[in-house]
Amino acid sequence: MENKNTQSRRSFLKSSALTGGGLMLSFTWLSSFKSADKMATLNLPEQWAELNGYIKITPDNVIKIVCPNPEFGQNVMTSLPMIVAEELDADWKNVVVEMGVHDNVKLGPQFTGGSNSVKMYWKPLRNAGASARQMLIEAAAQTWGVPATEITTKGGVLSHSSGKTAKYGEMASKAATITVPKDVKLKAVKDFSIVSKSQKNSEGLKVVTGKPLFGMDYRVEGMLIAMIQHPPAFGMKLKSFDASQALKMPGIKDIHSFKLYDDDYAQAGFDTRTFNEMIAIVGNSTWEVMNARKKLKVQWEAAGDVKETVNGRGGKKEITVPARLETTSKQLELMEEYAKKPAQQLRKDGDPEAAFKNAATIIERTYNAPFLAHNCMEPMNFFAHVQADKALVAGPVQAPGWIEPTLMKVLNLPADKIEIQMTRMGGGFGRRAYGQFAYEAARISQKMKAPIKLIYTREDDMTYGIYRPMYTATYRAALDVNKNLIGFHIKGGGIPENPVHANRFPAGAVDNYLAEGWEIPSNVTIGAFRAPRSNFNAAAEQSFLDEVAEAMGKDPIKLRLDLLKRAKENPVGKNNEYDAARYVGVLELLKEKSGWGKPENAGKKRGVAAYFCHNSYAGHVVDLVMRDGQPYVESVTSAIDCGVVVNPDAAINMVQGAVVDGIGNSFYGALTHKDGVAEQNNFHNYRMIRHNEAPKKIDVHFVQNEIDPTGLGEPPFPPVFGAVANALFKATGKRFYNQPFKMETEKKV
Amino acid sequence: MAKYNLKINGKIRKVDIDPSTPMLWVLRDHLDMPGTKYGCGMAQCGACTVHLDGTAVRSCSLPVSAIGKGAITTIEGLSENGTHPVQKAWIEHDVAQCGYCQSGQIMSAVALLKENPKPTDADIDNAMSGNICRCGTYLRIKEAIKTASKN
Repeated sequence: MENKNTQSRRSFLKSSALTGGGLMLSFTWLSSFKSADKMATLNLPEQWAELNGYIKITPDNVIKIVCPNPEFGQNVMTSLPMIVAEELDADWKNVVVEMGVHDNVKLGPQFTGGSNSVKMYWKPLRNAGASARQMLIEAAAQTWGVPATEITTKGGVLSHSSGKTAKYGEMASKAATITVPKDVKLKAVKDFSIVSKSQKNSEGLKVVTGKPLFGMDYRVEGMLIAMIQHPPAFGMKLKSFDASQALKMPGIKDIHSFKLYDDDYAQAGFDTRTFNEMIAIVGNSTWEVMNARKKLKVQWEAAGDVKETVNGRGGKKEITVPARLETTSKQLELMEEYAKKPAQQLRKDGDPEAAFKNAATIIERTYNAPFLAHNCMEPMNFFAHVQADKALVAGPVQAPGWIEPTLMKVLNLPADKIEIQMTRMGGGFGRRAYGQFAYEAARISQKMKAPIKLIYTREDDMTYGIYRPMYTATYRAALDVNKNLIGFHIKGGGIPENPVHANRFPAGAVDNYLAEGWEIPSNVTIGAFRAPRSNFNAAAEQSFLDEVAEAMGKDPIKLRLDLLKRAKENPVGKNNEYDAARYVGVLELLKEKSGWGKPENAGKKRGVAAYFCHNSYAGHVVDLVMRDGQPYVESVTSAIDCGVVVNPDAAINMVQGAVVDGIGNSFYGALTHKDGVAEQNNFHNYRMIRHNEAPKKIDVHFVQNEIDPTGLGEPPFPPVFGAVANALFKATGKRFYNQPFKMETEKKV
Repeated sequence: MAKYNLKINGKIRKVDIDPSTPMLWVLRDHLDMPGTKYGCGMAQCGACTVHLDGTAVRSCSLPVSAIGKGAITTIEGLSENGTHPVQKAWIEHDVAQCGYCQSGQIMSAVALLKENPKPTDADIDNAMSGNICRCGTYLRIKEAIKTASKN
């Protein structure tokens, strides 16, 4: 974890010779999107030798590739370097992978989230690899006195028809002096030899041998351990505290209250924090701090309505966070009340009012889903060492580029005095896109004038907020006398966010369509959770379509295909987000691989769902059985179109994981409240899916195409909920409208 | 505070510490052995699994005072370079996603295979259901245990 980077982080590095020879290339983010014509060579003095770029090659032929994006289990520390190595024509066996430090100028957005890593880095990293390869060829051409066009590369070796060969390492030093080529030719997908071939996790060995990889494992000499005590309920705040007993506990250095943001601070979009004033307990070791915290005597009080300034995507605005202490049953009542009120129109095609007025049959169903805690296996934590004129922070965070501007304000330091290191994350799922734990750590370190590591206990983590919102949606379908779908209406809302994606399927496939949304403000904080909003919409919409198909007397896949045919040939309205042809492709593949409708599967309790989100398409067929009177998903067939699959075996792993995650959250996931207190605070009362509840088999199939990669971490997750609900209907004869389904099955089955 | 001579991965390690300190924090904070992970602190998730005399135990709920002469094995003690058959199987099946729970999963699997070298699916479910994997790698863990059981 030692940072050996002595370069000023803002240096505009192009290409440099390493000490003792070797080539290092890095590309500015913007120029790497275009041709490389602005790149020049630059020799650097010796002390700059260990800079980070995307590619470093040593004379002994070790190729180091830097991964720009933080790793949270989506396998970017393997897949992103694979893309570089492919175009570089490197021998993958000689590649070592290094996690980059935060430097948006040199390494691009460095954002892990939105299923975007491979999508956003696909072209820049291919250009990075191809440019370096071209420079190595040019170096060999000059050395050998032959035309560059006569030199070929393979597996990290340069060859000329005369019989001359050289390993990349031999030419790397000279290559560093070559002007970066203006245009580079990228490989054809069919010629890939690293990408699209399964490569093992580059950190797999470190994981299985217990090496320090995670934020929790970060330590430096003299580091103190810190914990925070946050209010016990949403809508409460600190009144006063007595630390006299706690301070007498062994190993305790200090206990103090602190404010996270200054009173006039305008929060950026991902500055979400639940509580602004907390108590920090700082000591020598984790157990000592945990014990001392129990001796704190704290008075809390109702926070009342809180005015906040938010400077998010919609510009700067004042909002009022309501005082209400949330209770789940009351939240449900409130949502029911709001659902009856007029809402904001999000999209309208044709004349939906007339369609429903003239309908022979109207199907109307309402779906509900609770708050969900992310429950990353590694609880939130962060290291900070803040000194008078500089700061180092390190830990598990999805978007270092987003925490930097906030840290600058919190610490009143310029960007070039704040170094951010990214550790491996023990899960993220969106939770670690919000960096409040980094600011808390920075505040505490600043006060202590010492390096500290802030650790959340599981209870701290689960009761802090930043949950998947609580959602509801009412779907209505209008059928004419011939059972044709003539109108579709979705009205959705949530606490505190409306879930509706107005321009997604079946928008574009129905002549008369209306989408509306509403929101209820709350002091329960929310954040992105694996496929935000989609994870609810797919559950509701895909369950609803199953009922619509039943009412129409159609096979559920056939209904979707018919609607998609309409959307493809003669789309209704504008701004339809999805590509109907790719959607159809996934459904056709799913139908084929699952043996949908085949006589041998007639007795199975099957449910199907497919969904588009994060630029990709995913569908599942779930086979469910009743086991000891309880539903169990025994096997799943999955079909995905995410364009070119960079690392197939790892991609299968991620899809299988998304399916397991989806089944777990469909059946068990729920974070409920009573008088503002989260009723679940650890794994004894927040149920997670376990080994014995995972399917025996999950068969994953990808649509084979040459489309640039379009993301995979999130898309397979949302449709799982709908497929499970539809299979539950087949197994039980009952429709399930309220998540988590397990609570309902335990009540009703 | 009390002094303990702990037998960990075949070596004697001396600590002078509050007797109530869970082995998890002794390992992580006092002996700089971070392979054993904190997940819940109440023996619900299995991330902190180590062996006490060959049996899988949750180190977050095991006070140092309870160890006595027992031999502790942690993930670091299986092998230095990943050559233990279970570690090799984990690599072969490329099990890890985020990887945080995997040292606990591996320790539970090693203890299972020691007791029961040819476990059935039901045996694996029984032995492993105390270990949560939030990324959902359960299918691969099962495959890896089966592979390891052949070696």
